[in-house]
Amino acid sequence: MRGPLPRALADTREDFLALGVKDRLQLLLEFSDELPALPAEYEGHPDLLERVEECQSPVFIFVEVVDGVVTMHATAPREAPTTRGFASILAQGLNGLSVGEVLDDVPDDYPQTIGLGEAVSPLRVRGMTALLARAKRQVREKSAA
Amino acid sequence: MVVEHDTSARFSEYAHPERLVSTDWLQEHLGTPGLVVVESDEDVLLWDTGHIAGSVKIDWHLDLNDPVQRDYVDGEAFAALMSRSGIARDSTVVIYGDKNNWWAAYALWVFSLFGHEDVRLLDGGRAAWEAEGREYTTDAPEPVATDYPVVERDDSRIRAYKDDVLAHLGAPLIDVRSPEEYSGERTTAPAYPEEGALRAGHIPSAQNVPWGRAAAEDGRFRSLGELDAIYRDGAGLAEGDDVVAYCRIGERSSHTWFVLHHLMGFENVRNYDGSWTEWGSAVRVPIVQGSEPGTVPGR
Repeated sequence: MRGPLPRALADTREDFLALGVKDRLQLLLEFSDELPALPAEYEGHPDLLERVEECQSPVFIFVEVVDGVVTMHATAPREAPTTRGFASILAQGLNGLSVGEVLDDVPDDYPQTIGLGEAVSPLRVRGMTALLARAKRQVREKSAA
Repeated sequence: MVVEHDTSARFSEYAHPERLVSTDWLQEHLGTPGLVVVESDEDVLLWDTGHIAGSVKIDWHLDLNDPVQRDYVDGEAFAALMSRSGIARDSTVVIYGDKNNWWAAYALWVFSLFGHEDVRLLDGGRAAWEAEGREYTTDAPEPVATDYPVVERDDSRIRAYKDDVLAHLGAPLIDVRSPEEYSGERTTAPAYPEEGALRAGHIPSAQNVPWGRAAAEDGRFRSLGELDAIYRDGAGLAEGDDVVAYCRIGERSSHTWFVLHHLMGFENVRNYDGSWTEWGSAVRVPIVQGSEPGTVPGR
């Protein structure tokens, strides 16, 4: 059964929607700057990372599930700040959630609900939707194992 | 008020050398009255991370495309965009961007649809500027609004619609997509999102010259000799040819349009912006698959 939208994602949505379109871009840029570097153990392991083909820029994700708790890692080049921002919103929003919360409480259309369509265009938001879909798929696969 | 041209020897061999400026020229001319620098990138936030001082951002999707109809903005929206960007009808506009000026060339082509006279590209774009260690700022400029006239877009000279392409079949076509898209293996550029074409392949008889071949490793345009080898010797274009270029949505092919028209001097070059996302979904238009151009079906 669907529970409420997890706290961090709900806060992010509230923050974006409270802003005018121009300031939403600035907030997205802040998220972009906050995307952490990959943990050292993944740096040399491109094989562990899944490329998100739907994004314009090369972005790779890796989701860990440890004791039922989800951590999402992502990497994208500095020249792709929009994509980095998308990944950062999702990583900050999903990290620390349980498998059930990610799969049941995070709607697939979350990226379309945070007011970015007007700021960066619906076409680009599709990339974030794909990121979320792939992250959820990895959670599903890794929690089934 | 036209800002002096870049008379670098390197550009003099091109048909329209006045359409290019070098990084040195731009650095020297920053702040010159009458000059407006525009950045146009694939990534809508890249300008925000740092840009050439005083430059304004124009986004291909948010600013140049109509938000509802699949078309470019109309004269009123263009005039409003120019006004808020501080561009007057007689401004000298220099556009630069990421990815070998891919989106910068697209913006320049749209400016040309509205007949903006003096619009130039920074040869090499962001890559060249950065490689030379030149500075960026995150300070946003405060353009003074201009009184840009409402000019009706003229699609007749440099833009082709699907029906124009059907009528053009038999004359030179350049497909500037990747070999995989051309052959029909896939409908999108490698590593790019699916943008919806129902069929894969290319327009019959089109020659495949991926757009990026016109740029050298440093992101600058290739010399005229190299361009001749690619487009005349390689793709068979001849003096006086009418050429139509296309890609997936018309952005990569505006780069090729710039090369064929402004650098090589072909007078009649049109960009088919409907491109594969239209052709590949249209009913009963001819398509060829595989790596050969194929022939135009008899009419």
